[in-house]
Amino acid sequence: MEKNLSEFKIGEKGIIRKVDALGKIKRRLFDMGITPGATIMLKKVSPLGDPIEVTIRGYELSLRRDEASSVIVEAL
Amino acid sequence: MIRICLAGNPNCGKTTLFNSLTGSSAHVGNWPGVTVEKREGTYKKLEEKIDIIDLPGIYSMSPYTPEEVVSRNYILDENPDCVINIVDATNLERNLYLTTQLLEIDVPVVVALNMIDLLKKNKETIDLKSLEKMLGVKVVEISALKEEGLDNLMKIAYQESKNTRKGFTVLEKSEVGSLVLKAFNELKKTDIKSPLFHAVKLVENDEIEVHDHIEVHELIENIKNNLPKDDFEGDYEAIIANERYEYISRNFKHTFVRFDEGLTISDKIDKVLTHKIFAIPIFLLIMFILFHLTFSEDLLGLNAIFNLEISQEWLINLFTGMKYEKMIEEGIATLSGIPSPGVFLQNWMGFVTGSLIDIFSSFMPEGTVITSLIIDGILTGIDAIFSFIPQVLLLYLFVSILEDSGYMARVAFIMDRAFRRFGLSGKAFIPLLMGFGCSVPAMLATKTLEDERERDVTIRVTPFFSCGAKAPIWTLLAAVVMGKFLGDIFVFSIYVLGIVVAIVAAIIMKAFSKNYEVPPFIMELPQYHAPQFKNLMAHLWEKLKHFLYKASTIIMAAIVAIWLLSNFSFKFWEGMVDDIELSILAKIAKIVRYIFYPLGFGMGSDGWKYTAATFTGLIAKEDVVGTMAQLGLIEGTINLSNAAIYSFAAYNLFTLPCFAAVSTAKSESSKKGFIKTLIWWISLSYIVSLIIYWLFTLIETILWLGILVLSILIISVIVLGVFVSSKRRLKA
Repeated sequence: MEKNLSEFKIGEKGIIRKVDALGKIKRRLFDMGITPGATIMLKKVSPLGDPIEVTIRGYELSLRRDEASSVIVEAL
Repeated sequence: MIRICLAGNPNCGKTTLFNSLTGSSAHVGNWPGVTVEKREGTYKKLEEKIDIIDLPGIYSMSPYTPEEVVSRNYILDENPDCVINIVDATNLERNLYLTTQLLEIDVPVVVALNMIDLLKKNKETIDLKSLEKMLGVKVVEISALKEEGLDNLMKIAYQESKNTRKGFTVLEKSEVGSLVLKAFNELKKTDIKSPLFHAVKLVENDEIEVHDHIEVHELIENIKNNLPKDDFEGDYEAIIANERYEYISRNFKHTFVRFDEGLTISDKIDKVLTHKIFAIPIFLLIMFILFHLTFSEDLLGLNAIFNLEISQEWLINLFTGMKYEKMIEEGIATLSGIPSPGVFLQNWMGFVTGSLIDIFSSFMPEGTVITSLIIDGILTGIDAIFSFIPQVLLLYLFVSILEDSGYMARVAFIMDRAFRRFGLSGKAFIPLLMGFGCSVPAMLATKTLEDERERDVTIRVTPFFSCGAKAPIWTLLAAVVMGKFLGDIFVFSIYVLGIVVAIVAAIIMKAFSKNYEVPPFIMELPQYHAPQFKNLMAHLWEKLKHFLYKASTIIMAAIVAIWLLSNFSFKFWEGMVDDIELSILAKIAKIVRYIFYPLGFGMGSDGWKYTAATFTGLIAKEDVVGTMAQLGLIEGTINLSNAAIYSFAAYNLFTLPCFAAVSTAKSESSKKGFIKTLIWWISLSYIVSLIIYWLFTLIETILWLGILVLSILIISVIVLGVFVSSKRRLKA
């Protein structure tokens, strides 16, 4: 099932299908390893509910829900 | 001289490597035009001296962040003889992504595989031969931390720097390979350097490249349009980023190190430090501890709990007869308990500068101009600045520890949401909180903010968080003017006012900045690690050097200028004046005070004295109190209304901070931003004080409010009437 990354629950894993962001943000996501085909896991949510922390390509990355909502992931 | 530059991801050990290679020869400046730090040093262990340039930590050669642009321009345009690409061996997958881009440039590259000690500890190995084969460049194992393999690395980099290397791309055999080749062949016809790098960027639709090579771009676009669209819907940026990662995982999968899948130490620490409920209290506790260690006069409350009067005597006795007896005693003697390290060092520094003043006064002739210049001008100025250096450095040390250990990234993670609405990110919280201690280290701490605009805004509002040196002003005003009863409420309200104005100011700046967009928050949360003593000391030393330089030039000049103004009349050939009332400062203040008439405190016979006090406050904010005392404002009766006093307090809180803070603001903000900051401080303090004065005056005389409102209403009705009728007449 495909959904966007900001809808993930803690511990949920998936494979990235598409990155719908634009310009600078899209480029930054790619550079940080958020590319279609990569496996991603939602690791943690900040105490105030935003941003979130994901595990991608063997390291921890934090991003805001706004940015995460452009990442379409197929949940595993 | 041979030039070798270091390139790599943030948190890959680049700074540690740089410090180990260059030692004390390192010097720090800024890259031209941006506030990105530039470090340069010399490596001396080979036959030829090697200039080492530390490029900022980057994840990619995209042209979006100032760090990326600086690195890209340096490698492409400045022709370094060799690039050392530092790669974190424990996270090859992401680190090699940058490597694949660096390889496309026509420059010798050596890959330094760092943190190899960590691998060995976990009994992991990386197949160097296959790495070298796949990348086509030399790969050297090092441990920057343990200083292992560094000489070998430099030897190989030195050899490589004598060679030339043609760019190589991992995209060669991918689906975009032919496109890249096409662009490459076109670009080769021009005399451009590193055609392969530019070719790939053109296929990616990189803004800079498209602008520079519009014809080749159109050619490539034509070819692209005739190609079938695939999964990526013709998004070449996505295809290329994906191909790079694909290449890395296809060829190096066996070299990826995944420490046992369970929880790492870092994870365990994070479980506590970013805990859903405890994260924020823990953060506040850490900040409290930093403040306590820097500013508390009673360490751990020991004095309050155990009544340490006796113990202190015991403590002093303990050191009697020791070599540094006097120094230690000076650190604790004036206090009622055991002080924090910060206060201890501050007292000790006061003792040193105090002794210096004593020594000079003892052999300098009394009453001459030169004596006064040296004692009252220069040395007193040094005393004012140096007295807070220990606490500035200590706070800065703590921030460096938080930054180096990886905790700062977590602070941003925890606090981001709360600060985003003010146009700031969570990281801005640390400098702002530190503003309560001292603006200088607070502004230094803004270097952890990536966004230039955010740095400028944070620096701009930092002085509004009332610093330690401003506290005497509030307590004086509270005690003398407001009376004991209202005193604490008055002081408290000043602090709250500062915070409220800072928040409103940040929101206003956000609303008024053109094409403002919230900077993205896509940030690595690095593994926690123990901060490196060497790195910390290098940081501190850089800042101290810079600060001492400023203190001995600009700040000193400003201080001597104020000394001149307050000790001489316009007839300076008549020598120094006995009474500050006759000084140039007083003359100027008597004119300038008219500017402060609308703020209340410029009025009355003492108005110029308050004006003069705000001037001398520029040396150090404590001097506001000093000048007030000198001018007899403390003993004498205060003939200012409470509204004017409040406005005076607000003015001193929001106006230009002390010279030390102003010069720090200059070195930490962007060039344009700094000028704006000065204008901002001057105008905002005036406006806020104006509002406060009139608001309070109106409240004090509520009756007048009614009359005022009524008269405004009547006037506006009349004006409107005249306006409307004149318009009608015009139409007719």
